[in-house]
Amino acid sequence: MNIIVCVKQVPAKDAPLAIAGNWIKESDIGFEMNEPDSYALEEALRLKEKHGGEVIAVSMVPERVKQTIKEALAKGADRGIHIADDNFAQLDPLGAAKCLSAAIQKEKFDLVLTGLQSDDQGFGQTGVLLAALLDKPHATIIMAIEVEGPKMKLKRELEAGWFQHIECPLPAVLSIQSGINKVRYATLKGIMAAKKKEIATITRESLGVSIEPTQQVEKIYVPTKSKKTEFLTGTPKEAAGKLVEKLKFEARVI
Amino acid sequence: MKILVITEQRQGKWNNTSFETLAAAQQIAKETSGAITAVVIGKGVASFADELAAKNVAEVMLVENDLLESYTPDGYCIALKQIIESAKPDLVLFPHTYQVRDFAPKLAAMLGKGMIGDCIGYRAEGGKLVFVRQMFQGKTAADVTFQGATPWFASFQAGAFRADLVTPHPSGKAPVNAAAVQLSAEQIRTRPLDLFKEAKSAVDLTQAPLIVAIGRGIKAPENIPQAEALAKALGGEIAASRPICDEGWLPMERQIGSSGQTVAPKLYLALGISGAIQHVVGMKGARTIVAVNKDQNAPIFEIADYGIVADIFEVMPALTEALEKAKS
Repeated sequence: MNIIVCVKQVPAKDAPLAIAGNWIKESDIGFEMNEPDSYALEEALRLKEKHGGEVIAVSMVPERVKQTIKEALAKGADRGIHIADDNFAQLDPLGAAKCLSAAIQKEKFDLVLTGLQSDDQGFGQTGVLLAALLDKPHATIIMAIEVEGPKMKLKRELEAGWFQHIECPLPAVLSIQSGINKVRYATLKGIMAAKKKEIATITRESLGVSIEPTQQVEKIYVPTKSKKTEFLTGTPKEAAGKLVEKLKFEARVI
Repeated sequence: MKILVITEQRQGKWNNTSFETLAAAQQIAKETSGAITAVVIGKGVASFADELAAKNVAEVMLVENDLLESYTPDGYCIALKQIIESAKPDLVLFPHTYQVRDFAPKLAAMLGKGMIGDCIGYRAEGGKLVFVRQMFQGKTAADVTFQGATPWFASFQAGAFRADLVTPHPSGKAPVNAAAVQLSAEQIRTRPLDLFKEAKSAVDLTQAPLIVAIGRGIKAPENIPQAEALAKALGGEIAASRPICDEGWLPMERQIGSSGQTVAPKLYLALGISGAIQHVVGMKGARTIVAVNKDQNAPIFEIADYGIVADIFEVMPALTEALEKAKS
């Protein structure tokens, strides 16, 4: 079973974000693998362990992304594809998906996995768009995958605690829900083995994809507050005391 | 501006965010002298169309087909593509539900268009529509505009507009027009099976008046007893944001947010929760919200009534003590 996993690199969770126009200043902050994608990668590795085949990690963006691909290789992916593009943040969801799709089309695959959404732009569209562009069936927010011959039985999460089983033929594109599995750490052996694994770099331009934007992020900014928060200051003990007073006598909820 | 609103229902029940999106569409229609067509899609759903016809819309379109009885992304995309091609709207609006996430970007792509998803609002500026959505897990907002020719596709986050503000039809009822679509069984590649809920949960957080919720800031499972002690001192239930339940540190039934429970307690105490939109939609109806977070820019403070900018590990024991003292 050949599985392609799309992994994105995003600012680290605790990175202080400095806004610059319609994106953030990328210098001086750390990056990490988009957490929802790490669940997709883990699921790909588990499927490979069960059914054999190859796991290919695909990522698009600048040179630094190689670190995320290397992490995927260290965890057990067999090879990586790096679509190099320094201007990736300006791509809209459709443009980004077109580039990924063009690169994926060059490979023989049974399954394409993505995370549910990215923790930076959070469009949450890549998997569904890849399905459209690759003309393959798809399902999203997947909590379990069972491969049964040429098809899969999937558990899809709906809202408010509901789930649905779905039957989906292979090849297909799936967006994986976070929490589907327990993500592994890379072992030292894995990290050493990754050094010998191949990362093929292709430039975005060489894919020959038209990425005329359908939408434009004009600017990003710190959101305006909808409520006025009363901040309670002092030592933790003082702040806690003030809060209990407020909850008791002002909000009257305790 | 001609606006198409794609509504959602399942097993005889509305997804209520459909009406929130209709409220948004009515507002946009008012500001752009537009007309709304509300679309109901499924099988045996004429009563839903009738209900919509009593709202202030120009038309209700009823799209029925045996193959649309259960939702499938292929079925919905093929059917709605035909509807959009014949209705020629400028703007197609959806509620940002899990189902919409599953098919709407593909529907737009099949027409060569893009979609601005998960919007929390819009502004009409000089004849131009600017959509507002969140980025970086709610730490920033973004103004986004469409480029290129219509139709444009957008979805609105749950809670972005108020369903109770939907206005009724001014003169009784809008016409309901049935629209036929061409669809064959072999075009639908996935097969929907049973709908189910996991084993009934032992706790019903929706009934809890006081909730203490923990997020990533709790750092490790061994720290959870500190939050539980605080919940006990308060007489409340413990809950969590998704990552905590994903890690298995608390059971899934204690998860608050779009994929978990939606609660509206008297008091919601958020400890080390950043306030990503997926969490906020599940708790913003709380009467009083208290947030404790060491990052003063955490989005949770945007909706908090009271805030303490500090390390939760210093605040939790102090607050437990203060609550116990207040009780005695």
